[in-house]
Amino acid sequence: MNKIVLEGLARAPVTESGPDPDGAALAELAASVNRAAMARLGRSLAIREVDAGSCNGCELEIHALNNAIYDLERFGLRFVASPRHADVLLVTGPVTKNMREALERTYNATPDPKWVVAVGDCAVDGGLFTGSYACVGGVGQVVPVDLHIRGCPPTPVQLLRGLLSLLTAAKAPANA
Amino acid sequence: MAVIESLMEKGRRVEGHRPWPRCVVDEALWRALAQGLAAGEATLLGLWGEPDAVHMALLDEERGSVAVATLPCPEGRFPSVAAVHMPALRLERSIRDLFGLEPQGAGDARPWLDHGRWGVRHPLGAAAPAPDGPPAAAYPFLPAEGEHLHQIPVGPVHAGIIEPGHFRFTASGETVVRLEERLGYVHKGLEGLMAGASLERAARLAARTSGDSTVAYGIAFARAVEAALGLEVPARAVWLRALMAELERLANHLGDIGAICNDAAFALMHAECGILREHVLRAAAAAFGHRLMMDRVVPGGVAADLDRQGAQAVRTLLERVRRRFPALVALYDNTASLQDRTVTTGRVKPELARLYGAGGYVGRACGRAFDARRSLAYPPYDRLDFEVPVFAAGDVDARVWVRIREVEQSLALVEQILRGLPQGPIRVDVPADAAARGGEGLAFAEAFRGEVLAWVRVDGQGRIARCHLRDASWFQWPLLEAAIEGNIVADFPLCNKSFNCSYSGHDV
Repeated sequence: MNKIVLEGLARAPVTESGPDPDGAALAELAASVNRAAMARLGRSLAIREVDAGSCNGCELEIHALNNAIYDLERFGLRFVASPRHADVLLVTGPVTKNMREALERTYNATPDPKWVVAVGDCAVDGGLFTGSYACVGGVGQVVPVDLHIRGCPPTPVQLLRGLLSLLTAAKAPANA
Repeated sequence: MAVIESLMEKGRRVEGHRPWPRCVVDEALWRALAQGLAAGEATLLGLWGEPDAVHMALLDEERGSVAVATLPCPEGRFPSVAAVHMPALRLERSIRDLFGLEPQGAGDARPWLDHGRWGVRHPLGAAAPAPDGPPAAAYPFLPAEGEHLHQIPVGPVHAGIIEPGHFRFTASGETVVRLEERLGYVHKGLEGLMAGASLERAARLAARTSGDSTVAYGIAFARAVEAALGLEVPARAVWLRALMAELERLANHLGDIGAICNDAAFALMHAECGILREHVLRAAAAAFGHRLMMDRVVPGGVAADLDRQGAQAVRTLLERVRRRFPALVALYDNTASLQDRTVTTGRVKPELARLYGAGGYVGRACGRAFDARRSLAYPPYDRLDFEVPVFAAGDVDARVWVRIREVEQSLALVEQILRGLPQGPIRVDVPADAAARGGEGLAFAEAFRGEVLAWVRVDGQGRIARCHLRDASWFQWPLLEAAIEGNIVADFPLCNKSFNCSYSGHDV
């Protein structure tokens, strides 16, 4: 084990530099984010992920944000185990009817101020599962959404772009 | 007499079901088949419904033969298979929820997928309207009785970035006395959406049954459609499918090996395996244009060809993993504190794995050597050289070792495929006369966690009339309940990760 640790110390970091924030996402956020609240939180955001019926493809790419190559935590974003510790809910899936109440209760358990980010094409409007007897169709049907990150699934870089816009929106002047 | 032989002899063979036979049976023969399953003379591969019939797929492991039995249910009921053969239980509860067909004598009247929130009862059967608010009565979990027992409810929203499901633990101090799973939270009504869908749309739906196995589902679904329509797929497409399937297996196994060690608080392995997994996904994106290779397998072939740069990206990946992986295997093997957590933890009994027909690393970690690539060999695996690693201990450690050895096998397979990849077209269109003929097809593909079953009926307009997809998880989830018994609560994440069952693939 020592050898692997020493090698890791000696070699250059595998972590890659972060992407620029997503312009379209910034515009969406400008309309919905309460800047005063964002300023209070600063650049550190705690994220709680909620799978509301995804096929688990989105989860795989959200997981990848934590690997050494994307290293989400260096931006002051980290995943937490409880909605009570969270500022941001990252919600995936077409919101199955069987998960609707769990999503609502997770939202209600998250302290204010809070933001909801809907991840993946299903989470936007139900996607391919639109019209199913078992799906509500879109996270926005159940809880208010501040930012959509599209993709099936969105790549880690697309996810990073979207999440970085959350941080950038906090720093932007109020009249921008 | 062997179960499948008796089915073939006494049942009425249905035309147009390929490549394995489907026979209509009466209640007496249906019961006899269930007895045969209970006696271990055959393995249950699947059990699914239609509005007026139930189907059961059977495997004779010794002879490698497969057949489907169909029982018409004009009275809306059928003799329960689970009454004598428990692995059928959750499948039957799902059939009742979705179609309203009553498994008689099942002994468990509780719903499974239906949480009382759909606004409709028996959505794929009579589809009667129902209230869709929160259900009036709580789900009755099975009791565990004794002194000093306490319950721990977990989920459906879990602490990590994982899928939703509910686990109800009953513990005595630290020791788990009973675990009961409650699933169905991510039921999306996929089989309902399949009915009437075009082949193209249905393939996209099938690819989203379980995102981590999207290639395997793509292959199983495409092969079922191709069997139904008698479609011949170009050789290059067949080989490219296998290349994608092995890349998918590599990515998942590398991710799992790291994640299991992480659940034993050994983060170094997680970090190192995470880097390798990321490189697999990047190679997949370079080769096929999508990190998970979603929608790259389609009925008739594949939607993306491999060019020179793509092949080079895969070769570079092989070198990279081969350079790094042996040191990680040695790290796992030589870290006593890690082995202390994985060895003897979460043991599955070999007889249970056999009874349930558990596939993938769950079965192969306790002596059940079934692998669809070998046992029901489909091209190009019948022409490739590989081993199916099997271990005996049945614990978390054995499930890690199966994955380690399969990573090595997949690397060798990828190399063989790159070397032997035939030239030529990658896709054929579905001919109009084949589409107008329709038909039924059954196919299997070996996903990283076990075999995927796909059954389709194509109607006379080239649309899906009915499609059933069965994940390997159906026969693995129940074994997790057995594996955790007598272990401490704190070892559950470790056991659960070593199974890594699909919630979405199960709930569909």
